[in-house]
Amino acid sequence: MQRVAVIALNTFRENLRDKILYNLLFFVLLLMGGSVLLADLTIMEHRRIVTDMGLATMNLAGVVIAVFVGIGLVGKEIERRTVYTILARPISRTQFVLGKYLGLVLTLLVNVTFMLAVFLVTLWAYKTPLHAALFQAVGLIFVELLLVTALALFFSTFSTATLSAIMTLGFYVIGHLTTDLKGLAENSQHAAVQTVVTGLYYVWPNLEVLNVKGQAATNALVDMSYVATASMYGLLYAALLLTAACAVFRDRDF
Amino acid sequence: MNAIVIDRLTKVYRSAWFGRPPMPALDGLSLSVQQGEIYGFLGPNGSGKTTTLKILMGLMRATSGNAEILGKPLDDVQIRHRIGFLPEAPYFYEYLTAEEFLAFYGNLAGLERSGLARKITQMLDLVGLAEARTRPLRKFSKGMLQRIGLAQALIHDPELVVLDEPMSGLDPVGRMQVRDLILSLRDQGKTVFFSTHIIPDVEMICDRVAIVVKGKLLAEGRVDELVNPGHAQSVEVVCEGIKAGEVATIRAAASRVLQRGDHSLVVLPGPDQVEPVLSAIRAEGGRLVSVTPQKGSLEDLFMKRSGAPIDGPGRQRDVGGSAE
Repeated sequence: MQRVAVIALNTFRENLRDKILYNLLFFVLLLMGGSVLLADLTIMEHRRIVTDMGLATMNLAGVVIAVFVGIGLVGKEIERRTVYTILARPISRTQFVLGKYLGLVLTLLVNVTFMLAVFLVTLWAYKTPLHAALFQAVGLIFVELLLVTALALFFSTFSTATLSAIMTLGFYVIGHLTTDLKGLAENSQHAAVQTVVTGLYYVWPNLEVLNVKGQAATNALVDMSYVATASMYGLLYAALLLTAACAVFRDRDF
Repeated sequence: MNAIVIDRLTKVYRSAWFGRPPMPALDGLSLSVQQGEIYGFLGPNGSGKTTTLKILMGLMRATSGNAEILGKPLDDVQIRHRIGFLPEAPYFYEYLTAEEFLAFYGNLAGLERSGLARKITQMLDLVGLAEARTRPLRKFSKGMLQRIGLAQALIHDPELVVLDEPMSGLDPVGRMQVRDLILSLRDQGKTVFFSTHIIPDVEMICDRVAIVVKGKLLAEGRVDELVNPGHAQSVEVVCEGIKAGEVATIRAAASRVLQRGDHSLVVLPGPDQVEPVLSAIRAEGGRLVSVTPQKGSLEDLFMKRSGAPIDGPGRQRDVGGSAE
């Protein structure tokens, strides 16, 4: 466990020293500030727009970090051969993969906390009362980021950075459209298409179950059992992807 | 006891692309490295040196064959507590300072926090980078990166040090420092196994060497045994003031006599003939200029065994290049 922590803390430090991260956070500040401006330009539901845009910005920035840092977590180490000296130490490949993952999770946690703080300040400035539903939405955004990071890490263990980015983003987008997959299966006339698409619906990560931003924007509290089940689903899916990533990485030649 | 045992190791790279033939990198390679020795692993580009080292360090799996390090199988992760490794042309986290970099590797090796700062100072002094302690690695020159790489390989005081082309990219002073460092490691009782394509490095510091070409072991043994296997060394005697070829004693003892003006070059097949020839030169009134034992070189051996091309004059007697 100590070695996993050493890798995780080093990954966290690497991310903190990456200028891209700060550019992204600056972009977040701009978007959140812009949401106030946009709300002022609209006729009604100002508070809803500020909340909606704030949560969407947090989600988008988190996904960008998860995907573009996630695909480099292991891939960059292999490409730059830094992995040689690390794996020559008394550390297993599984420990290395877990350490890299936890390092990015820590980075995301700090980022989401920072963005949440900016978001809360924006809400306060706009005199929007805080509601527990907001925190439910942020919590599930974080679970989604854990899953997306695991996806990016999994792809990067056997693919190039560009392909990993395309596949992760593809999974992310389709992951938010799985309900349409179910509809497609139901409306199809061909049994084979129905079977394949239904199979995809059940296998593909359903990211929409982790999206309660709409409810948060209208201050509608989601049932806690739903939040717990959705979180469990996201975490289990991430754990499966991590297990697969470790298995692929264990068998790789460098 | 052997520090490394390699037994009929084979590695075949298989291409992911359909139709491309598999590429053999190691072909039944066997060798052993004894504890406490400096062992040079010599070969040209593509001979399988880096592949062998990667297999030993668990970075790659062999297609067939076995290998052991310090009496343990290669998949024993715990054995790596006792091994230090420097890969060829290493790339390190450039956002770390030298101090943070060594702390990272010290922590990975499980060093106690209390002794780590002292160990870092010791390592930076050892590789001559004490003044660059707080400098980020992105500002390091190639030679400095090589030296900090050596420091990370040694920070946990390993019994066995495995180095892939440790002198590559270094200037003459840097190479001398690395050679001295390797010699000092042996003095401390450590085993050093290093690959190189620079023959003088091997000749100067290695106790034993292996020559590998196309994944096959061509020769293994002590340098002097390999270059003069069971033969007495020939001796060149240069004298002046006489025509050596016309002196019967000298002509009978020499395998070759060359006359250049007033100077005669007499090649003797072994040291036993030196004394009678020197007496004959004195008796004929000649003056002795030099007596030079002719040692065979590793380069000659390498050429003989492999037929590998060697660079021209001014070369560092390089048997390939740096990339593997």
